[in-house]
Amino acid sequence: MGWRAANLVFRYPGAATNALDGVTLDVPPGLCTALIGPNGAGKSTLLHTLLGTLTPRAGEVWLESRPLAEWTRVAMARRVGVVPQGEDAPFPMAVRELVAMGRYPHLGAWRREGDRDRRAIAEAMRLADVEELAERSLATLSGGERQRARLARALAQEPAALALDEPTVALDIQHEMTIFELLRTLSREGRTVLLVTHHLNLAARYADRLVLMHRGRVAAAGTPAEVLVRERVEAVYGWPVAIVPHPGPGPDAGAPQVVALSAAGRL
Amino acid sequence: MIRLRPAARLLLLVVLLLVTFLLAVRLGAVRLEVGQVLDAVLGRGDPTTVAIVRGLRLPRAVQTALVGAALAISGATFQALLRNALADPYVLGVSSGAAVGAVAAVGFGLAVSPWTVPAAAFVGAVVAMFVVFRIAAGAGPALDTRTLLLAGVVASAFFNAVILLALTFADAEAFRSAIFWMMGSTAGASWPRVLALLVYLVPGLLVLLALARPLNLMAVGERTAAYLGTRVARTRLLAYATASLVTAAAVAVSGAIGFVGLVIPHVVRLLWGSDNRFLLPASALLGASFLMLADAIARTVAAPAELPLGVVTAFVGVPFFAWLLRRRPAAL
Repeated sequence: MGWRAANLVFRYPGAATNALDGVTLDVPPGLCTALIGPNGAGKSTLLHTLLGTLTPRAGEVWLESRPLAEWTRVAMARRVGVVPQGEDAPFPMAVRELVAMGRYPHLGAWRREGDRDRRAIAEAMRLADVEELAERSLATLSGGERQRARLARALAQEPAALALDEPTVALDIQHEMTIFELLRTLSREGRTVLLVTHHLNLAARYADRLVLMHRGRVAAAGTPAEVLVRERVEAVYGWPVAIVPHPGPGPDAGAPQVVALSAAGRL
Repeated sequence: MIRLRPAARLLLLVVLLLVTFLLAVRLGAVRLEVGQVLDAVLGRGDPTTVAIVRGLRLPRAVQTALVGAALAISGATFQALLRNALADPYVLGVSSGAAVGAVAAVGFGLAVSPWTVPAAAFVGAVVAMFVVFRIAAGAGPALDTRTLLLAGVVASAFFNAVILLALTFADAEAFRSAIFWMMGSTAGASWPRVLALLVYLVPGLLVLLALARPLNLMAVGERTAAYLGTRVARTRLLAYATASLVTAAAVAVSGAIGFVGLVIPHVVRLLWGSDNRFLLPASALLGASFLMLADAIARTVAAPAELPLGVVTAFVGVPFFAWLLRRRPAAL
């Protein structure tokens, strides 16, 4: 379950420049790929284009080697679980209700939940560690809990691939790490994981591949060590940095970590 | 609040509906006993009672119930679709469009048969629906719900100005009937009107129930709904058109009865949550019961005079809703 895209061009209505300006990339199946880059680089736009909620002006996207246009929304939802940004339900809802929504692509408008659906929901809630929150209203949850509930909904779809748009934004260390650890587990089990994140250091530790975006183009793609080169990171982000190995202990020891220097570091 | 399985809750609401229905048929200028009502339905007993029950009370109760159900279910649909707790069946201008149609019919002296005013109101409602749709669609291909809401508000304002202009030049008779019509009443109930209402309500109800799950997903977010397999644009268009037509049919036979479509869905939500699979049918049932009750009050408290139905729905509904809101503020 992977994506391929060639020469994607996208421009928002009324914008002066292309948000995506000839993007070609490969998201290989079974690996964790992170889209990184500064604000406005086109990360989220690229994600939405890969998921079919934005239609590019030019270029093409293939999902599992089939052009995206040939996928119906239901067929895609059975294969790809998405954790989008900025959801805000206007009416109260319990966590289990939200997670059960992940079964919609399998159930359609009328069919009731069967044993298989209940198992998928229970398993998703176990994986995302929201079993205890099942009856709680979304409005009463912390940001981290809410994000785990959304992840559980995507897992209830029983997808072969997961796409996440800044899943740990505004979360504290513990909640952030929990989610990244979970993504690693899911990826090790063979799921494709594609995420947009601002967190370079976590991306470098947890992703197999990084795609660095800059002004609507792919500035670099490859393993974290290949992508996170000091001159390139400084050029893209416009800020002096040092690249140091992760001190360990743990499996991530030695992974390249970006340390932003003070402005005087320019010297 | 009351923890029951959804099926049991619906059954409870059906029982409530039947009780209210019986009450609505019994109450009026002549109070009838249950036995008399049953006899009259079967065509036995006093011929005057038979005429009252079969010709007046039954069609009125049925029509009131259908109008209540139609307004409540389309209110619930608009709230889910527009992701806005303040939405009601009239938020997109259907009622003011209908009012323009009705006032025009009265003003031009077309109120010759019992059908011309409802027909003109229905045409006005459908025209309003298309105007709002055109304005919103002109702003972008995706039919953004915020644009739709704004288009509805400005179209309503325009239609209301048209009504006021027409009323400025209307004679006293036309003025009175227009006002009475705009406040809503089921006094003109008849079996043919019930039938006309059913033609819209039954298919409309089925379509909206089929949209319940997609509407649940869209309440979380339109992109999320798409990622979960919903055809968002199609769902939006279908829900919008169906709820508007159902409202138009209700407004055409009974005028613009306020409050039911706004508050009944909120009452159901406060009691039992916002899952549209349950919310839509439950709102229809509760809306039907509530409006029959309000109509029974409107006919009896100041008898032989009859209060405008919209006044009663607000007088009964607002205190109850305020009480409910105070008890469960966190849930809204």
